[in-house]
Amino acid sequence: MNWVVQNASYVGDSALAHLQLSIPPIILSFVLSVPLGWVANRYRPVRGVLLTVAGLLYAIPSLPLLIVLPLFIGTGLRSPVNVIVVLTLYGMALMVRSTADALEAVEPDVRQSATAVGFSPWGRFWSVDFPLAGPVLLAGMRVVVVSTVSLVTVGGVLGVNGLGLLFTDGLQRAIIPEIVTGIVLVVVMALILDALLVLLGRALMPWTRATATPSRRAARRVLATA
Amino acid sequence: MIEFRSVTKQYPDGTRAVEDFSLVIPSRKTTVFVGSSGCGKTTILRMINRMVDPSSGSIQIDGKDIGGLEPVALRRSIGYVMQNSGLLPHRKVVDNIATVPLLKGVKKREARLQALELMDTVGLDRAFADRYPSQLSGGQQQRVGVARGLAVDPNILLMDEPFGAVDPLVRSDLQEELIRLQRDLDKTVVFVTHDIDEAFYLGDQVVILKKGGHIAQVGSPAEILADPADDFVADFIGANRGKRALHIEETATGSILVDDDGRPAGTLTGSVPAAGGRAQP
Repeated sequence: MNWVVQNASYVGDSALAHLQLSIPPIILSFVLSVPLGWVANRYRPVRGVLLTVAGLLYAIPSLPLLIVLPLFIGTGLRSPVNVIVVLTLYGMALMVRSTADALEAVEPDVRQSATAVGFSPWGRFWSVDFPLAGPVLLAGMRVVVVSTVSLVTVGGVLGVNGLGLLFTDGLQRAIIPEIVTGIVLVVVMALILDALLVLLGRALMPWTRATATPSRRAARRVLATA
Repeated sequence: MIEFRSVTKQYPDGTRAVEDFSLVIPSRKTTVFVGSSGCGKTTILRMINRMVDPSSGSIQIDGKDIGGLEPVALRRSIGYVMQNSGLLPHRKVVDNIATVPLLKGVKKREARLQALELMDTVGLDRAFADRYPSQLSGGQQQRVGVARGLAVDPNILLMDEPFGAVDPLVRSDLQEELIRLQRDLDKTVVFVTHDIDEAFYLGDQVVILKKGGHIAQVGSPAEILADPADDFVADFIGANRGKRALHIEETATGSILVDDDGRPAGTLTGSVPAAGGRAQP
C-alpha cells in the first residue's frame, strides 16, 4: 500500500491514460460493427466471408499487430492512434459476429408485422430490428469492454502509457506492489465499465425486465404488508 | 371493393403458391379465406398490401391497380392483424396501438389519446396502456393487435389467422368481439383461417381454397352448407359427418336433432321441414 500512496499521481495518470485508450476502441468497434453485422446478416453469401475474416483477425497475436500496423497506417509505434486502431480491429472481430447474431435473433414475426403495418426498411431497422437486437448486442459489448481494457496493457510492452507500464516497469525493477496494483486496477476498471454498460442497457431497454415487474411489485407489496 | 384479376404467384424455384386467382371482395363485408395449410390463403392476403407481389395478373382496390402504389404508403392505409399479435415487444401497449399514426406523422400526444380510446373500443382496460406486450395474456395481446390494426381508421382490415394461437374460450370471445366491431365500424375485412367453424361464424362471404389458391367454392355460409360444390368442399366442411350431419330422431318425449355420432344436438324450433327437406344447423 505504501508504494501506491507514494506513487499515487503516477498510478492515477496511468489509469487515466489506460481509460483514454480503452474508450475510443470500445465505441468505434460498436459503431463500425453495426453496418458490417447488418451486411453479414442481410446478405447470406457475404456472411461466411465476413465472419471468417473477423474470426481470423482475433487470432492474430496483439503484440506483432501493434508493431506491424504502423507500417501500413503510418503512425508512430507508441502513438495512441496505433493502439486505438488495433484495439478497434479486435473489438470488431468480436462485435461483427455478435451484431449479425443479434440481428438474426430478432423474431421474424415481429419483423414481418412491422413491415406489414408500414415501416419503411430504414425505419424498421432503427425502430424495430436494432432495439430488439439490443440484449444480444449488449452481451457482445460486455465481452468487448473486458477484452479491450485488458488488451490495452499489451501497449505497455512498447512503452505506450497505461496500466501496462506498471507491469513492465514493476517487472524490470522488481517492484511487486507495482505489478499487483496494475493487475488489480485493470480488473477493477474492466468491472466498472462492464457495470456501467449493464446499467446503460437497463436504462435503454426497460422492456427486457418487463415480465418480472408485476411479480416483483407484488412481492414488494407482500413485504410491505407483512 | 378489392378485385383479383387472374393473379399468379410463382416463386423463383418454380413452385406456384397461387395460380390464376380471380375474385371480387365486396366492400364493408367480411370475406374469409379458408383452407388447409399450403393452399395459398396467406399469400393471397399478403398480396393485398403488397407484402407479396404477384408474378402476373393485377389487384385493384376500388378500381385502382395497387401495382402502381408505393408499398409503404399502401400498408399504412390498410389495417393488418396477424397471428401471435406481431406486437413490438419493446414498446408499451399504448405505443404499439399508436404505431401507424406515429409513422404517418400524427403528434405523439394526440396519437396516444386516440390509442386509449381504441383500447375502449376493443374492450381492453386502460390500465394496460403502460404495460409491455409480454405482460399481457395471449387474448389481450390479440386485442391490442386489433386496436393497432384499427388505429388509422382504415377501410380495409387484413387478418391473418389472428385468433389461431389463443385458447378456444378466448377465441370465441374475440370472434364475438370482432362481429360486434364489424357491426359498428363497417370495414372491409379480409380474414384468413384454417378453421371452417370460424369461417362460417365470421364470414359474409366464405372462400374455400384448394392447393395453389384454386377456389373450390365461394358463397355465404348458408349457400355452402346447403349446396357444397363438390366432394372436396363437402368433405372440408364436414357436411356428411360429425356435428353438421344432423337428422331428426323421435323420442318418447318429442323429436330431437341428433348428430352423426348419435349425440343430441338440439331441437327444431318452428315448423318441422316437409319430408325430403334438409335440416340446416
